Amino acid sequence: MASLSRQVLEWLDERFGAGSVEEFLRHKTVPVHRHTIWYYFGGMTLFLFVIQVLTGILLLLYYRPTPNDAFESVQYIMTQVRFGWLIRSVHSWSANLMIFTAFVHMFSVYFLKAYRKPRELTWISGMLLLFFVLGFGFSGYLLPWNTLSFFATKVGTEMAGSIPVVGKWLLIYLRGGEEVTGATLTRFFGFHVAVLPGAVTLLLAMHLFLVQRLGMSVPPRAEQAIREGRQPARVMPFFPNFFLRDMMGWYAALGVLGALAALFPWELGSKADLFAPAPAGIRPEWYFLFMFQTLKYLPAKVLFLEGEFAGLLAFGAAAAVWVAVPFLDCKVGFGRVTRFFTGLGIFALGYVAVMSALALR
Amino acid sequence: MRNPDRPTQDSVQPGRRWINVLLGSGVVASIVAFLYPAIDYILPPPVAESTSRFVVAAKVDELKNNAGKVFKFGSKPALLVRTTEGEYRAFSAVCTHLNCTVQYRSDLREIWCACHNGLYDLEGRNVSGPPPRPLEKYEVHVQGEDVVVTRST
Repeated sequence: MASLSRQVLEWLDERFGAGSVEEFLRHKTVPVHRHTIWYYFGGMTLFLFVIQVLTGILLLLYYRPTPNDAFESVQYIMTQVRFGWLIRSVHSWSANLMIFTAFVHMFSVYFLKAYRKPRELTWISGMLLLFFVLGFGFSGYLLPWNTLSFFATKVGTEMAGSIPVVGKWLLIYLRGGEEVTGATLTRFFGFHVAVLPGAVTLLLAMHLFLVQRLGMSVPPRAEQAIREGRQPARVMPFFPNFFLRDMMGWYAALGVLGALAALFPWELGSKADLFAPAPAGIRPEWYFLFMFQTLKYLPAKVLFLEGEFAGLLAFGAAAAVWVAVPFLDCKVGFGRVTRFFTGLGIFALGYVAVMSALALR
Repeated sequence: MRNPDRPTQDSVQPGRRWINVLLGSGVVASIVAFLYPAIDYILPPPVAESTSRFVVAAKVDELKNNAGKVFKFGSKPALLVRTTEGEYRAFSAVCTHLNCTVQYRSDLREIWCACHNGLYDLEGRNVSGPPPRPLEKYEVHVQGEDVVVTRST
């Protein structure tokens, strides 16, 4: 038995290059220090993404992306298809948990300054992945074609339309026409199952390649402590030590997903009616709440700008600064600049948390 | 000896440079020509705007005083309101802020958008919240059993 697996390995090695798989497994290590726990959130996000791909493919077997059929097909999945309720609820819950773990991953990388040289592109590819994941959330939200998602899509695309010059084209491109109609549903379906998966796969490959090539970042403080000999430079092998811990986390996540899906099946709401008023208490998914609440507070005019465009501009500028942070916070150490960016991160986190809480009130 | 395939910058003859420019712009132009139909394909063909200038919004006995109803006017929603005095008013139901559909709030006696808490008075004027402009106002006539809403343009 042992000799057979050795033979197979040797056969593969002859074709892939000497010991490449073994080399890869043996050489990757994970630093061990008091912040090691944060290293798990990237892998967790990846695992939940795999769950999304698998459950998404299953949903494709019954879902129909037209305004007359979409709501009914999801209803059919939820009530008629065996374990349909489970698959759809896991898809919805896993989507939300994935966005949550992606945010945790992002903030932990931010506060531990893991974006610093030479990992600028890892940060940028990660931020782009987060934007695409939010795109997944926004496009997927419309697919059941219910009242809430219909108005959320109206508002979200109308905001894109408030951009000067290109806004009108962008709005028509997103909606497939002037209004949110069945054409929008078909388009969003295309984004959700073809355009975004393609883009995310490419970016994810780049992100993982960079992580693999550059190794895990050690936070500046731990790095300094190691340099000054106050702390030993401990590492654990990625395979099998860290990987087994990853798997334990994933196994637990599967249990959590199953429990959430069983105890809190995802609601379907009522079918979108293009000629009904927006229902009271309408709000977007939790990860857009801070933007939604900001929109509520913005007056019709901010200086000479339309209120929603001013808001969009402010969020756009904030996102640009956030993406460019490896280049702005370039002398990461313990100086004033780096403290400023830590403060900025705390402010951003606080703003998102307070605004979201106000929206839920 | 100069490699004829890889000319250095200073050895390029004027005629050769022209050929590069012509070939280069030809390739760029052809790529634009390939992309143009694809980009045009992405933008949907315009849909003929409904030109109907009037619609029967409700029957006379349908709305009580201090009540409202959203109805379909062409391709867009519109709002018919009957005031506490029994007078009919009609507006576009598309919120001028971000395109949500507004509704009549009998408790406030105002027109309300649930999406971002915008308020309009019964003249359609934006009185509070984020809406930047008033709602478009329509004319209302009662013809026999029908409440008919007409737009001017």
